[in-house]
Amino acid sequence: MTTTDVDEKAAFVAKLRAFEGLEVGVEEGADPVNQPMIRHWVEAIGDANPVYVDPDAAAQSVHGQVIAPAVMLQAWVMRGIRNRPAEGGSPRDELLRLLDDAGFSSVVATNCEQEYDRMLHVGDHLRTRTVIDSISDEKQTGLGVGHFVTTRVEYETLDGEPVARMLFRILKFKPGTGRQAPSDDGAKARPRRPRPSITPDNAFWFEGALQHRLLIQACDHCDTLRHPPEPRCACGSYDWHVRDASGRGTVYSYVVNHYPQIPAFDYPLPIGLIELEEGTRLVADLVGVDPSAVTIGMPVVVEWQDLDEELSLPAFKPAK
Amino acid sequence: MSTTTSRHASDVNVGDELPTLAVPLTRTLIVATAIASRDYQDVHHDPGLAQERGSPDIFMNILSTNGFVGRFITDWAGPDAVLRSVKIRLGAPNHPGDTMVMSGSVTKKDGNVVKVSLKGANKIGDHVTGTVDVELLP
Repeated sequence: MTTTDVDEKAAFVAKLRAFEGLEVGVEEGADPVNQPMIRHWVEAIGDANPVYVDPDAAAQSVHGQVIAPAVMLQAWVMRGIRNRPAEGGSPRDELLRLLDDAGFSSVVATNCEQEYDRMLHVGDHLRTRTVIDSISDEKQTGLGVGHFVTTRVEYETLDGEPVARMLFRILKFKPGTGRQAPSDDGAKARPRRPRPSITPDNAFWFEGALQHRLLIQACDHCDTLRHPPEPRCACGSYDWHVRDASGRGTVYSYVVNHYPQIPAFDYPLPIGLIELEEGTRLVADLVGVDPSAVTIGMPVVVEWQDLDEELSLPAFKPAK
Repeated sequence: MSTTTSRHASDVNVGDELPTLAVPLTRTLIVATAIASRDYQDVHHDPGLAQERGSPDIFMNILSTNGFVGRFITDWAGPDAVLRSVKIRLGAPNHPGDTMVMSGSVTKKDGNVVKVSLKGANKIGDHVTGTVDVELLP
């Protein structure tokens, strides 16, 4: 970096910092708190709390009347589809335009802290008083090089009654300058599954799995099937052969794992103890089923998972 | 009228875990919640413009994340719950096709006000972490 670059950056940050402490001014909600907007919101979020839409239920609750979801606060004073003015506007508009013009054209919200004095009711008409709190130095973030902009917002009714306050932080960043090169899917490469502990006794089973063969050990002497693999049958014989399982079975038992979470897996993670129709049982992931829909006795069929070049494992999905 | 019952502070202890909430992140959900919050930023509904701005796809807006945080709390606390504060920090974006699983536990109790520490995780990492103070029935 040259001295000129450093000077230019310092000058730019100084220009940004001049906005700290400035009042954005008063912004007024287009409409008072109203039932249609509340209904639209709770339907989109899937929130079944009756106090937002059912006057009878609300009357019997501590709220006494229909309330808006507290977390809906910002929606009451959002600008909506109207664009930011091309020039002029509030100090925040000017600050954002300054950042846009310097290449920090992308935006994500990073922090939001809301405190509520009371719940909002239909008819409450809100306005905000916003102050630009702080602007960070240039930061390298995962998304890109950018500046954090923090504002503080007071929400009050048009009568001047304070109802809530909010700290809101956004990151204005330069697209394409993130730590990770942009990839086609954007997701980080998934860590590999933990490696099984392969021994001379069980290696045949994992080798079979790589070929999508679900193998069961069978005793040469008494033909008893056994799993997990062991060197010796209960009858005393050390001689064995393998049998190919049909891949059909039932859920003998199961758990839904929430914690601890290992990055190679998706959670909640349903894990079944599968009783194969041949009679042996094995532990395997359950796939293609909502964790809450798994039941004991549910018929399942094997679904092979090729996890990487070294590891394929049987999972089980509901049988049609 | 709903028969939903509310949780009482006297029945809640520090360490109690809330039921997890899995939110399938469909494209429709991300767009519908953005519009319901009056947020028309293109990155929340236009995949082409989202890519130009450095994102692999559209992503959920923070107001909707707040909405799911509120729902996660009141699904557990019931209709008599009164939210006092919601403080969240965003990390991994919620893109279509993923699932956000919300989990949390009670980390403080002060009279009838309990603090829940929560997170919502997707395939990439923690989409949201934060705390909510909620007042329950005595």
